[in-house]
Amino acid sequence: MKATLSCMVAVLALAACVAPPPQGGREFGVVIERATGSVQVLENRSRASLGRIEGLGDLSHASLVYSHDGRYAFVFGRDGGITKIDVAERRVVARVLQAGNSIGGAISRDGRVIAVANYEPGGVNFFSSDTLAPLAEIASTYTADGKRAKVVGIADAPGNRFVFSLFEAGEIWIADVADPRAPKVTRLKNIGKEPYDGLITPDGRHYIAGLFGEDGLALVDLEHPELGARRILDGYGRGTEKLPVYKMPHLRGWAVAGEYAFLPAIGRHEVLVVSTRDWKQVAGIAVHGQPVFVMARPDAKQVWVNFAFPLNDTVQVIDVQKLALVQSLKPGKTVLHMEFTARGDEVWISARDDGRVIVYDTTTFAKRAELPAESPSGIFFAWRAGVIGL
Amino acid sequence: MLAAACAAFAPPLRADPAPERATQLVRMVRQDCGSCHGMRLTGGLGPALTPQALQDKPAEALVATVLYGRNGTAMPPWRPFLSEAEAAWIVEQLRKGFPQ
Repeated sequence: MKATLSCMVAVLALAACVAPPPQGGREFGVVIERATGSVQVLENRSRASLGRIEGLGDLSHASLVYSHDGRYAFVFGRDGGITKIDVAERRVVARVLQAGNSIGGAISRDGRVIAVANYEPGGVNFFSSDTLAPLAEIASTYTADGKRAKVVGIADAPGNRFVFSLFEAGEIWIADVADPRAPKVTRLKNIGKEPYDGLITPDGRHYIAGLFGEDGLALVDLEHPELGARRILDGYGRGTEKLPVYKMPHLRGWAVAGEYAFLPAIGRHEVLVVSTRDWKQVAGIAVHGQPVFVMARPDAKQVWVNFAFPLNDTVQVIDVQKLALVQSLKPGKTVLHMEFTARGDEVWISARDDGRVIVYDTTTFAKRAELPAESPSGIFFAWRAGVIGL
Repeated sequence: MLAAACAAFAPPLRADPAPERATQLVRMVRQDCGSCHGMRLTGGLGPALTPQALQDKPAEALVATVLYGRNGTAMPPWRPFLSEAEAAWIVEQLRKGFPQ
């Protein structure tokens, strides 16, 4: 027995020597464990957890972006922390506390600059993606007496630019980081009341900010920022009363499917469908609750939607061709996030209060696997490394 | 059932929820209020709800904000999910330092 065991160890050791050094890969992923400040590294093919990385601070609201090679992830925590983790070796590489309170970040087109959007103090800070050394800061000052707005909806745009929205100011700013130590800012004013999040289309051409303070969204053509923002879906809920909002929708993600963009109607049980040709509304699809994430499957055949408290035990699927609901699932208590595999054959869903991640086949809607996780929230697969705006 | 009925008639600030309900309320505040105020209640899109942040604010105003929301802001009314006594208990806990 002992001989067999040592033989096996020898074989394993040999295998380790022969195998190439660990690389990031598109089948890796990370799930945030929001209550414990940890993440688990997941693998798509084996549908298994490869281990846990701890010590990432307050992840009660967290997001991450990947280095362009997919090996490293930069995790943005609520407490203003950025933690660079090595997904392949499952360890913390570097960590900085760069603000009091932050909401998310982005990586530049050239992969060299990390930008973080902060609530407190309001602004955007820039860091080297190699070392997390600070490069520059932009204060989101929008009044003559120095008031700073909370920054939301930061996204990378072509041309080594970052685009973000200022909640209290009702502005969208574009920062050009060609020289990352001296970013140049273009301010777009009067874009609408209280932008709460933003997204960039997969082609990098348009930035859309959702508005909390009014019914409508602000659209910026990034090839023509001088034209300012234009209002789309203006007054979409006209004549109906807005419901109280218990969780802000998240726009970032794959909301664009083919020639349509699918957007959450804030304060309403509705997904709005808009044509990306003329940005006019095509349909409104009544759904189970107030949408939080509205995400298109990579092949754009389906859009999956989850919902705000208290209707957050359900996920619904919209067929893009029919513009109609085709499936409702109850994956578990408190569904917080969904993530497709690179080609969309599976979707991985986090059910926070059930403490698990559930894997569904997106064709048959059959459950393929369940993985235990501690209060799981965001799931982020490494294919994001190659996608504009993610 | 009986406890709930009693709580409804008790003076709001003196009625503690039953332990099981208290656990639910703590979870709700940390997780669902935490969506905007942060799970550690240090603020987010909504302001911080730490004892220091709340010390100058009258309890009744805070209870009203919890129950009925604040017009013109993102704060929604939580009355559909809370009794007045429960809202008062939550405010009292927030001012003391909220349980984990």
